Amino acid sequence: MTFKRTLPLLAALVVATMAHADINVGVTLSATGPAASLGIPEKNTIALMPPTIDGQKINYIVLDDASDTTAAVTNTRKLINEYKVDVILGSTITPNSLAMIDVVAEAQTPMISMAASARIVEPQDAKKRWVFKTPQNDIMMSMAIADHMANSGVKTVGFIGFSDAYGEGWYQEFSKIAALKNLQIIANERYNRTDTSVTGQALKIVAAKPDAVLIAASGTPAVLPQRALKERGYAGKLYQTHGVANNDFLRVGGKDVEGTLLPSGPVLVAAQLPANHPVKESSQEYIAKYEKAYGAGSVSTFGGHAWDAGKLMQAAVGPALKKAKPGTVEFRIALRDALENVREVAGAHGVFNMSATDHLGLDQRARVMVKIEGGVWKYQP
Amino acid sequence: MDGQIALLLGQDGIVNGAVNALMALALVLVFSVTRVIFIPQGEFVAFGALTMALLQAGRTPGTLWLLLALAALTLVVEAVRHQRGVAVDWTSTLIWTVALPGLAAFIVLVLVPASMIGRASAALLIMTPLGPLLYRLAFRPLAHATVLTLLIVSVALHGVLVGLGLLFFGAEGFRTTAFSDLRLDLGGIPVSGQSLVVMGVTSLLVILMFLFFEHTIVGKALRATAMNRVGARLMGIPTELSGDLSFALAALIGAISGLLIAPMTTVYYDTGFLIGLKGFVAAIIGGLTSYPLALAGALLVGLLESFSSFWASAFKEVIVFTLIIPVLWWRSLNSHHVEDEE
Repeated sequence: MTFKRTLPLLAALVVATMAHADINVGVTLSATGPAASLGIPEKNTIALMPPTIDGQKINYIVLDDASDTTAAVTNTRKLINEYKVDVILGSTITPNSLAMIDVVAEAQTPMISMAASARIVEPQDAKKRWVFKTPQNDIMMSMAIADHMANSGVKTVGFIGFSDAYGEGWYQEFSKIAALKNLQIIANERYNRTDTSVTGQALKIVAAKPDAVLIAASGTPAVLPQRALKERGYAGKLYQTHGVANNDFLRVGGKDVEGTLLPSGPVLVAAQLPANHPVKESSQEYIAKYEKAYGAGSVSTFGGHAWDAGKLMQAAVGPALKKAKPGTVEFRIALRDALENVREVAGAHGVFNMSATDHLGLDQRARVMVKIEGGVWKYQP
Repeated sequence: MDGQIALLLGQDGIVNGAVNALMALALVLVFSVTRVIFIPQGEFVAFGALTMALLQAGRTPGTLWLLLALAALTLVVEAVRHQRGVAVDWTSTLIWTVALPGLAAFIVLVLVPASMIGRASAALLIMTPLGPLLYRLAFRPLAHATVLTLLIVSVALHGVLVGLGLLFFGAEGFRTTAFSDLRLDLGGIPVSGQSLVVMGVTSLLVILMFLFFEHTIVGKALRATAMNRVGARLMGIPTELSGDLSFALAALIGAISGLLIAPMTTVYYDTGFLIGLKGFVAAIIGGLTSYPLALAGALLVGLLESFSSFWASAFKEVIVFTLIIPVLWWRSLNSHHVEDEE
């Protein structure tokens, strides 16, 4: 809310200070609409980002795209044309981020997405070379799940996911890895975020009797299939994706989600990580800042992706400033090149090492397996 | 698919259908009396459920403040109308703007109900007056506008209410405690107590509404207004009061549906729209005028949903909403279309 109120002020500020060539950072987030539970902590995180980098003042212009693809594109155009931004952070969700690629590539403005799908940065081409992202790829998380399944003796798997890009993307990635690990997918179901009942799908999965079920959904809507499966007497292992790693999932799920396994960014269990974990310190730095501003226990992994986007930007601004002045196309090109050369930058979720072919830059250090025990997240070494 | 799965799916479909049926009834009621295609009907469901959830969490729901604000606004509007020499029915105005909101505020803020029944009635008391208040503020000034204008207002109202919902309840969902934790085994089919509550309450409401419309003078007046507004007016039926009443009933039915589904699924601030839309499909099957056809339509939609979620879960919504096309086609061939009496 405070950001909305300060928006006109910020806009005035931007216009007034344009002449001094501050760095303008455009942000478009899904702070309302279906992805609001992801967008709100991201918006909160933007407010924690440093006001200056290397002595250069930073103006953050934050717009809300209401989880709507068209609005995300409009926001992007607005940020580029009206606010003359040097870099764009956003958007929260994959469809929005995919739609923004054409616009930023045309305007030669680097963009750092906080959406999960690998398709945002892969395969690298003339357009996607302007695009970076911070959340772990589904394939990294799929691998973590498939490894865990194979190691605990699971042979057959039931799959139920959102009937959208999230569920479909997960199915594609997971089925590839499952084949490598000799896991057989014997049920494949879909449901909608807004569904009030998944009894039909649950019945079909229970009838197939898989050793484990993977639920590919995000946020609290992921509770519904798990509850339906329990109601129908399913007793096998239950896996969720990192899309559920926020405390509301525990609140809504209650005792029905007890024992659930999921991969996640280390930020979720930062305090439980061993002291020599490379991400422990940088994760805890973010958590401390966030909880200081918004209260104890308020932090979520989604805000961490925004924090990492900020970290990448901070790492890239220094080298770019040596080459050109902010507000010019040369600066934006320099910034993009600098983003591609980011090395060993530790954020909330992992350690980033970018390259010309890898615009995510995360490795195995960016994921841990977590189990829900006694209503809290427990790190699984 | 064996017999047991079919029975389970049937049970799921009937429970979903029951909620759709309540939606369809409310939509038909509001449309036939006021000609408003009431898109925000679903919001009453979500708001009712979330109000209950917040009461259970021991918090004061934002809907209470919305109710008090709308009540104050309506009082001002009515006072201005009175000033301008319009005859204002103060008895009903005071009931909707002072008595019921006051009672709701008293119960929530002073008594702080702790029992299930107490909280449920507090939630219903907050939700019900919202109907007539919204009607008076948004629709009554346009009572003579075309159906299209009313529909546009109704879409706008839907947008406003969803926005307010996000503000009041946040982006995350809630689930309330069940009215009944009972688990029965009827001939090998597990039946949850909550689904029996849903079916029971729905049947009760349908029967009550039938009795109300067939056997009470107010119900008959509402039917008369629905059939012919001008005629009803000539017979001395205050048509504006019919509007109040039909919206109050719609809000009450919506809130009850909300209380019914909240223990079975997670309710979000924007859950209402899709529920309302399915009720709308059912109401369309009844041509927006026939209650029995709308009820049958609602059950059809519910069963279709649950069986298609078993066979082709990825295409569930497509199947449900595609149903509307052959139905509209069939209806346009079979019904004698009557133009609005403007």
